[in-house]
Amino acid sequence: MDQAQKTSGKRTELQMARSMCWHCQSEVTGEYFCEQCIKVQPLSKELDYFTCLGLPRLLNIDINTLEAKFYALSRAFHPDFYQNKTESEQTISLENSALLNTAYRTLKDPIQRAEYLLKLEAGSAKDIRTSPPADLFEEILALQEDLEEYRSAQAGQNQVGLEQLRARLTVDRETLEQRQREMETRLFELFTTWDSLQSRQSQTEQAGRHLRQGKDAVLKEMRELLSNRTYLRNIVNDLIATTA
Amino acid sequence: MARIVGIDLGTTNSLIAYMDGPTPRAIAGRTGRGMVPSVVALTDNGLIVGDPAKEHLVRNPERTIYSVKRFMGKGLADVEEELKYFPYKLQEQGGVIRIQIGEKAYSPPQISAMILKELKRRAEEHLGEEIRKAVITVPAYFNDSQRQATKDAGMIAGLEVLRIINEPTAASLAYGLQKKTQGTIAVYDLGGGTFDISILKLKDGIFEVLSTNGNTHLGGDDFDRKVANLLLREIRERSGLDLEQYPDQMQVLRLEAEQTKIRLSDELKVTVAIDLPIGQGTFRREVTRDQLEALTMDLVEQTLAPCRLAIKDAGLQPAQIDEVILVGGSTRMPLVQRRVQELFGKLPHSELNPDEVVALGAAVQADILSGGTQDMLLLDVTPLSLGIETMGGVMSPLIRRNTTIPTSAKEMFTTYVDGQTSVDIHILQGDRELAKDNRSLARFQLKVPPLPAGVPRVEVQFLIDANGILNVTAKDVRTGQTQSLEVKPSYGLTDEEVERMISESFKFAAEDLKARQVIEARTEAEAIIKATEKALGLGGHLIDAEETAAIRGSLAALETARGSEDHRTIRARIADVEKVTHHLAEVLMDTSLKEALQNKKLSELP
Repeated sequence: MDQAQKTSGKRTELQMARSMCWHCQSEVTGEYFCEQCIKVQPLSKELDYFTCLGLPRLLNIDINTLEAKFYALSRAFHPDFYQNKTESEQTISLENSALLNTAYRTLKDPIQRAEYLLKLEAGSAKDIRTSPPADLFEEILALQEDLEEYRSAQAGQNQVGLEQLRARLTVDRETLEQRQREMETRLFELFTTWDSLQSRQSQTEQAGRHLRQGKDAVLKEMRELLSNRTYLRNIVNDLIATTA
Repeated sequence: MARIVGIDLGTTNSLIAYMDGPTPRAIAGRTGRGMVPSVVALTDNGLIVGDPAKEHLVRNPERTIYSVKRFMGKGLADVEEELKYFPYKLQEQGGVIRIQIGEKAYSPPQISAMILKELKRRAEEHLGEEIRKAVITVPAYFNDSQRQATKDAGMIAGLEVLRIINEPTAASLAYGLQKKTQGTIAVYDLGGGTFDISILKLKDGIFEVLSTNGNTHLGGDDFDRKVANLLLREIRERSGLDLEQYPDQMQVLRLEAEQTKIRLSDELKVTVAIDLPIGQGTFRREVTRDQLEALTMDLVEQTLAPCRLAIKDAGLQPAQIDEVILVGGSTRMPLVQRRVQELFGKLPHSELNPDEVVALGAAVQADILSGGTQDMLLLDVTPLSLGIETMGGVMSPLIRRNTTIPTSAKEMFTTYVDGQTSVDIHILQGDRELAKDNRSLARFQLKVPPLPAGVPRVEVQFLIDANGILNVTAKDVRTGQTQSLEVKPSYGLTDEEVERMISESFKFAAEDLKARQVIEARTEAEAIIKATEKALGLGGHLIDAEETAAIRGSLAALETARGSEDHRTIRARIADVEKVTHHLAEVLMDTSLKEALQNKKLSELP
C-alpha cells in the first residue's frame, strides 16, 4: 500500500540527482553545484518550472516565497558571477539563468501558472477557441450586431447614431468584462480544489482512481475556463481597439 | 583580475569611472574636467577628441563629428529628417551609416571608438596601468543593432566589452550603493540624444527591472534645435540672412542655443548675442524661461507617454512608485522636473550629479563582474519584443518586451516543399503586428537536409544574453547536430568589417602615437633653443670662443632637425645641445650663486 508513495518519492529524487558532474565526473548530490568540485551544474532540460523553483505542484503560490526563491537562485546562476569562470561554466550559467527567468515569469502570473500546470498534467496547451462558448452565445451575438451597426454608422458618418452605439458597446463591454471576472473567480476556486486534491494521499487503489478522476475533472474545467477567458479577452481587446 | 572600468558613452559627453575601494569615482582629465565632450575633429595634424575638438565645431564644421551616438546601429533612412542639422556628409554602405570626411568614410562605431580611446588613455594615465576591459552603458531602449554597434566600438578601441548595461539601471546601482535605496523606483533619464524610463524594484541588494520604455531619438539636442530654429527664423526675418548657407554659423547658432537653454535653468531670462557674417552686425534677443518652456513643451510631453506605458507594464499605479530619480543633463530643466513631479505625484531626486551617476553605476557593475561587489545583482529586461517574420509578413513574437534577461525561446522549423534545402529566417524587434512596421535585426538561412516536406526538424534557439544582445543557434533535431549560422545584421557591421576596423585602429594608434611624439619633441626643442639663447646672452662672456661656436653649431643643427618627421632625430639633436651647454650651465650656476652670496651676509644664508 506504500507502493504509490514510494515511486513518487523516487521520481523526485531522480530529478534532483542529475547523475554525474560534467566536470569531475563524481556523483552530483548537491542541488545545483557539485559537492566535489563546486562547479555549477546545468539544470535538466526536462526540469519543470515548479521543481526548478523548489515548489510543490500547487496553484496557490505565496508570491513572496516565490520571489525570495527566485532571487536566491538568481544569485546562484546569474552570468555576472561567472565572469572569471571557464567558458563551460559561463554557458551553464547563461542557460540556467534563462530557464530560471522563464520559470519565474510563468509561475508569477496566475493565468500563465494555470496554463502551464495544465500542460504538465494533461499534456497539452490550452484549446484555441474560434467560436463562442455556448453560455456566452447570446452576449456575443448582441455584441456582433452592435458592432456591425457601429461600423456602418462610422461609414455613413452618422455622428448622433455613433454616440448612441458607442454607449451601447460600452455596456456590452462591461457585461463581457463582468463575465471575465466571474470566470476568474471560478478559476481561483478551482486552484484551491486542485491544491487540496494534490495534498491528499490515496490509501487504496480505488481511492487512487477516485482521486485521479477528481483531478481530471478539475483540469478539464480549468482548460475550458482558460480558453473561454482567452476568447473573451480577445473580443474585449478588439472592442477597445475598434471604439478607441 | 585586471581592473574593469565603467564608461558612459554619451551623445554629448562621455565619462569613465572606476571603483576606488568601495566607492565609484569618475576620472578627471588634466584640466580637472571629468566629462569628455563626445566630439571628434579630424584635422590636418591628426585626430582630436573632446574639449579641443569642440573648438573645431565652428572652425571646421565639415570635419568635426558630434552626436555620433544618434547614428549608432542605424541606416541612412532612419535619420533622413535630421540630416540637414548636421554639417558633415553622411552616406550608407551595407546598411550602416558612413560619415565622409575628406577622402575617408568612417562608421559611427569607429568615431565612437575614438572617444573610447581618449577615455581609456585618461584612465591609463590616472591609474598608471593598462586598461583592457570595460562595462559600457547604452540607453535602455537601444535595440539589438544599437547595442551591437556599441560593442563594436569598444572592440575597435581595443577594449574587451564585458558587459553592455542600460543607463537608467546603471544609475540605480549608483543610487542603491550610495543611498541604500529600497522599494520601487522610477529612473527618468533624459540625456543629450536619448530618453529612457525604467521602473525597478530594489530589495536586499537585488535590482530587478520591472519595465522599461523610451525614445532613442529624443534628448537635449532636440531642445537645442527648437531654440536654434527660432533664432534662425528671426535672423532671417530681421536681416534677410539665411544662416543655413553657413555651416560654421549654424554651429555658432547651435552652441548658443544650447548655452541659452542651460542658463535658463538657473535664470529667468538671458540675452542671446550672435555676430552675423558679411558685416551684418550682431543679432541680439532676449529669451525668457517661459518662452523656452513654450517652445519645448511638446518634447517634454513626448517623454510622458513612455513613462505611463512603463508604469502600466510594471503592473503599477504612479502612486505605487516610492521614489523618482532624475538622470541626464536635460533633467536640470525646471519644466522637466515639474512635469515629472506632476506625473508621479512626488518630488523627484537628483542628489547624485546627473551627469556622473551613469558612469559611476557602470563602475559598480564592473566591480560586480570582477568579483568585488557580491551583494548586489542587477536583473535587467529586454526593452523590445523579439520575433520572426511568418507567412504573410506578420511578426510572430518569441520573446515579449520587458522579459528578464538572459532569456531564450526555441522555435521548430520544417520545410514546405519536398527536397527543400534551406529556410530563410528574418528576425525582427518591436511590438507591431506587421513585420514591415518592426525593426529588422538580421536574416539568416537555415540549412536543412533534402527530405520530403515537413520531415526535417531544425530547432532554433534565440537567446538574449545579459547584454541584451541576441545569439542564435540551430540544431537538427533528427541528427542532434548543431549548425553554425551566418547571421547577417540588417543595420550592423559584419564581423569582417569589425576585424578590419580593429586592425586599422591599431595602425592609426601607431600613427597617432608617432604624431604625438613628434609634436612633443618639437615643443621641447623650441623650449631648449629659447633657453640656450637666453643663457648665451647672460653668460656668453664667461666661456671661450671655441665653446660658443660649438654651442651655436649644435643649436643650428637642432633648428634644422626640428622640421623632421622623426622624433628620434629631434631627440638626438636635443641631447647634443644639452651636452655642449653643460659647462655653460655650470658656469652660470656658479656665477649666480656667487652673486647671491655677495649680496648677502653669511648669517642670512640658510
